[in-house]
Amino acid sequence: MAELPLKEPASADDAADTGPRPGRIRKPIGWSMIVIAVLVAVCVVLVWRRDGVDGVTEILFHDLELFGGILPRVLAGCLLGAFIAEILPHEKVSRALGPNSGLKGLLIGTAFGAILPGGPFTVYPVAAALLTVGADFGAAIAMVVSWTLIGYGRAIVWELPIMGTDFTLLRILISLPLPILAGALGRFVYLRIYPKGAPP
Amino acid sequence: MSALLVDIILWGSVAVLGLMAWQRGRVVLVASVREGSLDFINIVPRIALGVLGAGYIAAVIPSEVITGWLGPDSGWLGVLMATVAGAATPGGPVIGFSLGAVAMKAGAGPPQVIAYVTAWALFAFQRLILWEIPFMPARFVWFRAAVSLPFPFVAAAIAMAIGKP
Repeated sequence: MAELPLKEPASADDAADTGPRPGRIRKPIGWSMIVIAVLVAVCVVLVWRRDGVDGVTEILFHDLELFGGILPRVLAGCLLGAFIAEILPHEKVSRALGPNSGLKGLLIGTAFGAILPGGPFTVYPVAAALLTVGADFGAAIAMVVSWTLIGYGRAIVWELPIMGTDFTLLRILISLPLPILAGALGRFVYLRIYPKGAPP
Repeated sequence: MSALLVDIILWGSVAVLGLMAWQRGRVVLVASVREGSLDFINIVPRIALGVLGAGYIAAVIPSEVITGWLGPDSGWLGVLMATVAGAATPGGPVIGFSLGAVAMKAGAGPPQVIAYVTAWALFAFQRLILWEIPFMPARFVWFRAAVSLPFPFVAAAIAMAIGKP
């Protein structure tokens, strides 16, 4: 992540004077998108050869419906991320979740991921926002991994009824240390790959 | 019902944070709403590709293939296959957990099923292409996935050490 200038408003009064942070540089098309597009194109052809045009359009309409349903939540997630990036003081975030935040930063990231309400449409925008205001990869990894492994929402709604209480509790118990380990490993590897900080 | 609750919590959080931004001044509120809307406009095509793509990818991966990978071997090879199966499982949590439950009933060991659910949580391709890649910087996604690789095996090892649930 590019270093953003630290502009922390000292109080609410002069916040308007300091002005908003500069907008992020957005790259709509990256290599990931190209790879996914190629993969999807191959799968469309496979479906078409197996099920014909009807098979292709059936999936298309089902997915379009799904897409319409999640769009409002995506908008909410984007707004949430933008508000967090604007409200949270950068200095405090980089102290609490930055590269030098130590075990405490990983624990905060883990706790945050575990209690964050909502779904993927909240966790990823919030994690991306924290990255832009000073969290490091380690803390963000701890947060994302914590949400996927020990987030309570999915466990209560889906895992308990389908897998049973014993399995769910055992799996969550086993998973408890994993976000911290993943964050620590991420931080360790990151410092070895980019010893002088992130490339632009 | 739970979808409605999620939406209430979600938009409630947006409203609370929006109010906090507004307290900092109108400029801050306007700037963050603009920033969030630009993010949204930027992300919509990627989410569209993810949603449409996941449907077609799921259609070419039959769930019998996943259950076939999950279960037959009870050792470390079984853990490895369960990990691959978890990453390749299409669809949302219902499908992921249901396949795990089916495998458990069919006699797969708890360590293998735990490795499967952990791998599904960490790597399920649908969540990656639909959510993580569109929202997060590309370098973060690959980095996060790479450092997560050992953890289905770690989870299985702990499960083996603890024994049966």
